[in-house]
Amino acid sequence: MRALTWHGKHDVRMETVPDPQIINPRDAIIRITSTAICGSDLHLYDSYIPSMHRGDILGHEFMGEVVETGPGSTLQKGQRVVVPFVIACGQCFFCGQQQFSACDNSNPAEKADLSEVAYGYAMSGLFGYSHMTGGYAGGQAEYVRVPYSDVGPIVIPDGLDDEKVLFLSDILPTGWMAAENCDIEPGDTIAVWGCGPVGLFAIQSALLMGAARVIAIDHYPHRLDLAKSMGAEVINYHDVKVREALMEMTGGIGPDACIDAVGMESHGFTIDNLLDAVKATTKLGTDRPHVLREVLMACRKGGRVSIPGVYGGVGDKIPIGALMQKGLQVRTGQTHVHKYLRPLLEMNGEGKIDTTFLISHRLPLEDAPKGYKMFKEQQNEVTKVVLKPDWQKAAA
Amino acid sequence: MSEDHVERARESDAPLTAAVHQRDVAKSAAEALGWDAASLVGRTVTINRPRAELYAFWRDFRNLARIMETVERVDVTDDRRSHWVVSAPGGKTVEWDSEITEDVESEVIAWRSVEGADIKNTGQITFSEALGGRGTMVTATIVYDPPGGDLGKLIAKLFQREPKVQARHDLRRFKQLMETGEISTAEAPDAASRGSFS
Repeated sequence: MRALTWHGKHDVRMETVPDPQIINPRDAIIRITSTAICGSDLHLYDSYIPSMHRGDILGHEFMGEVVETGPGSTLQKGQRVVVPFVIACGQCFFCGQQQFSACDNSNPAEKADLSEVAYGYAMSGLFGYSHMTGGYAGGQAEYVRVPYSDVGPIVIPDGLDDEKVLFLSDILPTGWMAAENCDIEPGDTIAVWGCGPVGLFAIQSALLMGAARVIAIDHYPHRLDLAKSMGAEVINYHDVKVREALMEMTGGIGPDACIDAVGMESHGFTIDNLLDAVKATTKLGTDRPHVLREVLMACRKGGRVSIPGVYGGVGDKIPIGALMQKGLQVRTGQTHVHKYLRPLLEMNGEGKIDTTFLISHRLPLEDAPKGYKMFKEQQNEVTKVVLKPDWQKAAA
Repeated sequence: MSEDHVERARESDAPLTAAVHQRDVAKSAAEALGWDAASLVGRTVTINRPRAELYAFWRDFRNLARIMETVERVDVTDDRRSHWVVSAPGGKTVEWDSEITEDVESEVIAWRSVEGADIKNTGQITFSEALGGRGTMVTATIVYDPPGGDLGKLIAKLFQREPKVQARHDLRRFKQLMETGEISTAEAPDAASRGSFS
């Protein structure tokens, strides 16, 4: 089959690789019909994530048609499914608590050491996201093997187009959980740093959950326009001091909850490596722990901090005094996607949530390397790239 | 001095595998067994299955080749004796006969290698009720005579075959198989040595 493979910094290629096969009883093989490039894929592209191997197949936002099932799968051939980017067994203590991204079993035994060393306990497997999270082949390909297919994939009813449901795989539940972690009450003001896909879905979710007001912070004019169109007020941090603005806009109280939808990818697990990575990173125009620092400073006393943005290592000069003295509550984590699939699919079907506005570009899978380059270099215009394996390569 | 470290570690309610001074723990284990040297490894996992089921799987030692990466096979000789064939770095194998020294259904299985073992070893696996209905706490503790002393251990480490690492992986696989019915793998079929049901 054809697949997008990683070969190093800014080097991803379309290659012909062996087709995936059923290995375990609960596996299924999916023929991909739509697959997206995630903002977090750019961190692989930029080579900020350790434990990548040459030839690894990327992609963790995908959907398609079931073409093969193991004897333990509950799926049927021909069904259309969206697959969560988190792989979860459904039977360990953590899955029982609906903490699917903490699944104890989906990260293969010999791969789990790295995250046990880094975080104290091993995290779940993820699709297409380094060997620290299992080394599973991802979905920017024609086919993918889905382990524990009786637990993860959600069957999509006919009549809902791929583009309406594709983002159930990651960014929609991630934005939703980010808002849920804010424990929103009527009258609340929520501030959201970063108007990428997760930030935009968090804005939409916060308003649906009853936030009185959402204030969005970014510097890309097009992304701020999208935030505005969803009902957020906006701050362009190139022109405005964020904490002062938030304080003034909230009558001196500060936002009740703050969402860091930016995150920070560490390059390795030491402070000096991290600082190097930070120096090299100009995605939001400032160094990236800056966002978390600013969140902790800007949040109101006794407020809530939600961190859907990805962090990987150790952070330097985090204002821990502000966290403690103001009595902030922090909630974070990789998304427990499985928990949100059904309710979000329903809201989607009822038209309460719209996800299609996000897609700015559609390309044949064969043009995936071009998609990465565009997404990396033109963040203002390129909000989301969806790849279609069954489209012909565009004429050069 | 070394006695002090081990004694003080014993006063905490934690297993000796978590003691700071592992050399002293190993020395004390060697003395207790009358060996020249010893290494101690141990690991606890909570498995969301009943004690009896986990005990039954483990008690049939032939099953262990399925979860233990380096174990090529286990032949059960009689009710208390078994023969172990284990792959070692450099394409070699090591073998030993083992006998059960304690066996309490659903609670503990203890064993020791008999005379003539390539690697002397003794150990136990215990099964106890986990708090809060979380299943079973499984603790494996193994004391072995490190082949080639510290150098041997270093070589084993280089080959990712250090018993400590191995025990961690093996118990993870045990948990996976018992909880999910399969062993998680991301390997392509032709490269997969484990978890294949075909």
